[in-house]
Amino acid sequence: MTCTDFLAQLTDYFDGQISPELLEEVREHTSSCHHCEVVLDTTSKTISVYRDNEIYEVSPEFRDRLHLAIMAKCTAAK
Amino acid sequence: MPAIQSPGTEEIHPDVALVARAKDGDTAAFEQLVRQYERQIFRVAQHITQNREDAEDITQDAFLKAYEKLEQFQGNSKFSTWLVRIAVNESLMRLRKRKTSKTVSMDEDVQTEEGSIPRDFAEWRPNPEQNFNQAELAEILRKTIQGLPPGFRTVFTLRDIENLSTEETAEALGLSVPAVKSRLLRARLQLRERLSRYFGKKKEGLPA
Repeated sequence: MTCTDFLAQLTDYFDGQISPELLEEVREHTSSCHHCEVVLDTTSKTISVYRDNEIYEVSPEFRDRLHLAIMAKCTAAK
Repeated sequence: MPAIQSPGTEEIHPDVALVARAKDGDTAAFEQLVRQYERQIFRVAQHITQNREDAEDITQDAFLKAYEKLEQFQGNSKFSTWLVRIAVNESLMRLRKRKTSKTVSMDEDVQTEEGSIPRDFAEWRPNPEQNFNQAELAEILRKTIQGLPPGFRTVFTLRDIENLSTEETAEALGLSVPAVKSRLLRARLQLRERLSRYFGKKKEGLPA
């Protein structure tokens, strides 16, 4: 497996949609190619740091406004 | 509705009952759906538009539109995916309005190969996020994702932050599965590259 082949498999690798044969090839490649090993590790961390940290929160004021607007709409529609 | 026609082979999503009640005029059921998805819809809108006011307007509009069109929702997809699709369309429309001279679409910037080849091979420090407090970390993550083209950050948001499947992401964005995969790879690689500036180990001998 070349570095380009490795990159082509990266999405399926992270999505758990890679075949066992290709998974083995990815593992073999990253054990001998330090650059790709780093790319694999840091891309994985990139995904988890965004998944684990909520960076945009709904404000309580907006939530109140939203529910008032929804209720007004629902009541008007009845 | 496939989920109802084939009980036993597929689990019925709890939203199905709530949507059915809401269609029958049960306001509390619709409010329950709003409560369940308001944070997700807001985050999606905020990630795409990068503007809190716009994201709040879009969240409200998306739910009001969903209520109006509830009868059209056939249950072929999950209610949440349908809702996300409404919010994405509203968000892209808002972006287009803001950037009047520039077209904004899911296809923007995908022709270039820029950012698709890794260049930074520095290892990251162990638990790099622990070197920043929560506010600093949030600022780094915001600044980093803001720099991505809208088409890339939208795919990353739906797939990796909101945890939609590749197929659901494709459906919500009106893209093919291969198109989602290609954008996702490039979004992940570009974010990785940019985050390496903050989280990468400093090279020895160079000032920190």
